[in-house]
Amino acid sequence: MDAATKSQSTVLHSALRYKLIALLGPDHVHAASAADAVAGVPSKLVLVPGTEMELAEVLRLCDEAGLAVIPRGSGTKLGWGNPPSRADIILSTERLNEIIEHAWADLTVSVEAGCTVQKLQEALAQHGQRLALDSLWPEKATIGGILSTNDSGALRLRFGSLRDLIIGVTIALPDGTLARSGGKVVKNVAGYDLPKLVTGALGTLGVITRAVFRLYPLPLNSRAFTVSAADAGEAQKFVLAVQDSRLAHAFLQSHFSDEASPVSDILFEGTEAGLAAQETQLRILAGPASVSEASTSTWTAREELWALLDPQSTAIAKISILPANLANTIQRIDGAAHLHHLRWNALMYATGIGWLRLVCKAPASGDTAERSRAALVQLRGALQLLRVELERQGASLVALHTPEKMPALDVWGDAGDALPLMKSVKHRIDPKNTLNPGRFVGGI
Amino acid sequence: MDPLILDEFRAIVGDRGLISSPEELHTYECDGMTNLRVLPLAVLLPASTAEVQAVVRVCHRERIPFVARGSGTGLSGGALPVKNGIVISLARMNHILEVDIPNARVVVEPGVINLDVTGRVQSQEYFYAPDPSSQLVCSIGGNLAENAGGAHCLKYGFTTTHVLGLEVVLSDGTLVHLGRKTLDTPGYDLAGVFVGSEGTLGIATKVILRIVKRPECVRTLLAAFASTNEAGAAVSGIIAAGMLPAAIEMMDKLSIQAAEAAVHANYPDCGGLLLVELDGPLAEVEALMAQVDEICRKNGASEIRLAQSETERALVWKGRKAAFAAMGRISPNYIVQDGVIPRTALPQVMSEIARLSRETGLRVANVFHAGDGNLHPLVLFDRRIPGQEETAEALSSTILELCIAAGGSITGEHGVGEDKKRMMAKMFAEPDLETMQRVRCAFDPLLLSNPTKIFPTPRLCGEKPGEYVPHPIEAAGLAERF
Repeated sequence: MDAATKSQSTVLHSALRYKLIALLGPDHVHAASAADAVAGVPSKLVLVPGTEMELAEVLRLCDEAGLAVIPRGSGTKLGWGNPPSRADIILSTERLNEIIEHAWADLTVSVEAGCTVQKLQEALAQHGQRLALDSLWPEKATIGGILSTNDSGALRLRFGSLRDLIIGVTIALPDGTLARSGGKVVKNVAGYDLPKLVTGALGTLGVITRAVFRLYPLPLNSRAFTVSAADAGEAQKFVLAVQDSRLAHAFLQSHFSDEASPVSDILFEGTEAGLAAQETQLRILAGPASVSEASTSTWTAREELWALLDPQSTAIAKISILPANLANTIQRIDGAAHLHHLRWNALMYATGIGWLRLVCKAPASGDTAERSRAALVQLRGALQLLRVELERQGASLVALHTPEKMPALDVWGDAGDALPLMKSVKHRIDPKNTLNPGRFVGGI
Repeated sequence: MDPLILDEFRAIVGDRGLISSPEELHTYECDGMTNLRVLPLAVLLPASTAEVQAVVRVCHRERIPFVARGSGTGLSGGALPVKNGIVISLARMNHILEVDIPNARVVVEPGVINLDVTGRVQSQEYFYAPDPSSQLVCSIGGNLAENAGGAHCLKYGFTTTHVLGLEVVLSDGTLVHLGRKTLDTPGYDLAGVFVGSEGTLGIATKVILRIVKRPECVRTLLAAFASTNEAGAAVSGIIAAGMLPAAIEMMDKLSIQAAEAAVHANYPDCGGLLLVELDGPLAEVEALMAQVDEICRKNGASEIRLAQSETERALVWKGRKAAFAAMGRISPNYIVQDGVIPRTALPQVMSEIARLSRETGLRVANVFHAGDGNLHPLVLFDRRIPGQEETAEALSSTILELCIAAGGSITGEHGVGEDKKRMMAKMFAEPDLETMQRVRCAFDPLLLSNPTKIFPTPRLCGEKPGEYVPHPIEAAGLAERF
């Protein structure tokens, strides 16, 4: 950071503040509090624009003034990513929360970024439709937030992830441009697919102000089952057998941990006749393994994994492997956890995406501070070891939550040989590194 | 072309890999859109990634624009050569490199033919889902450049849904890997941006595809209606009932007649024909097909047929897939259009097309992917009648304007290419296009990779709009400024 930028970012000169207030009104510009800190880094101001034009304009003013801007929805996943290298402004989308158009007969919806997933789903359900994605914390999480973090759950197996569901997007760029791409029809190849570019970009390229999605009908009926396995090898065999079968399941997820034998949950959706037939096939396929109706917690498995009993001794990582490496990966996790004295459990989807929770064991006795420091070093060691092993197989580990006091670990890991190209894309769109600086891969 | 550079190219790809005689070059002067032709300086057929890199490095050094080409079946002039440029054909890079059934992945070179991917995995009951009508001859590389669709993308998605990773040679010869065999590679989804970029961001030399398990059963139903409006109402009924068929295709009277003349698909003679395909578990498909049948009857279907065998089903599809080519049976010349509308705008857009047809005296045949609103109006004309070609072109453009006005798109699967770049300015505002060009400049700052396509006014990178600095491709008349 050069000296000029530094002086600007440390003192928000009052002329700019007046401009922002004139633009947004005094109620929508306020001083940032400790609760607005991002990964421990405090900001100065919180801006809450009421229209996408306002949002683009304040973003432009901040960019012009050399300020670093952190876009925020409801903040449920604001901790995902490296700590920002600079932070001045929190740019909130909470007032951009309208459902613009639900063209139910065309199975599409246009929605503002600050709308919560739950509000959207409730509106869609009135016409028997859904955004076919089970995001984390739908009652709070916003559309802009799930897009920027590329959140996806178990339904991804059948319906794809947000990149497959989004068909149009409007983004505000640091220079104040409001750019639209895609459209409101499902099939469209005119121009570059920028909806995919900003999905999972962690707000580093632009601030998503609205998105258009393709929708799916709500299922006529659904039925979920839980199938037990003796060990990870058997669980993998079951998962691969289901994947290689003619079953038309909507999701398939498996639970592993250091204390219980694995179980897999499978969901079917469709007509009663179809469900009955598939249940029969499932039971044949499962062989001697026990098959029971799944409990309701099946639906909240990921949120349960994220329910941090003690955030200061827990790490949560998203891992992505090849489905056929499932058992091998579980063995590695168990090995690494054992080596580093950690408890663990994991939720693995048949897509190869999985969520891993590692927890430090409570210190037995003695100097607690010293022991917990040592435990956090072990936690980091396990994450690092697993990342190295996974990356060697072309897989990845992204450490989305780590204790504040754990020695620093890059959140993302290796972005591969395309990193210079990614930096070039970032530079063309955000040349002053205004948006979420330092939070993404390779220092982007 | 400078003989020294030609020698350098020859040293890279060998005699077999270089075409430079004018007679042979004519084969490459256009793609499936044959009304535009440009003779390339040379055509190179590299056999490996390293050869592609070496060729591109020479292009970069000499500022020679290049156009990558697959099978040349594209319908928007995407593979049309660029003046004073070369064509890089990927036809020799046609190997399936890896088949990984447990993970449902296949790794291929870009010259592999679409249908050959399925051919390679069908014994294990898998298939490659994107099925453009040209799938017998079109290449995976071309498919990904255009983000090819097909009849079954309503349920299965487009090429982009099935491409997980790419090896790409950038315009300076650098090799990069976008995406991987695993999902959600850390970083930007540049594979998602590359697919559908029509060869403007580089050349893919390796593609990681996702394959899909064959469903337990497939059922295809034909329903005959008095007009496309009734057929359209039946489609709405099917969607409203919460079904997601594998495909819903619609043909109007003229296209039915043409298909009949060409392949004798045994279609009922009617004003609007619907083809509905459901797939999945047998019990599920049978329950839903009964509903589809009922919805069609409610909407006035005069005849409903369920294909009784795989042969019958194949014949039904043969008629549909031959529809474009079949126009040759009923008209000396025709233009294939590709537009998209929100499906519910169909009756309104159809009546507008009918009005335009009456006003111009030109016949328009209509073939649709009805489930997703992708229209393929075919404007029939006779080039021998003075003025008729121009009228047909104008009519075809007006149809696209109807699509834009209805909130749709100027292309659903054929791409923008050379053909529709002027329409881009009608569909998108300047800031939208400018943002896309920034992405392009990140990949290809010298604008060497298929430089004149997609955008109505190619922006030279690193310059602010308005200031005039001559650029080699501009001086050569390749990029236009307004």
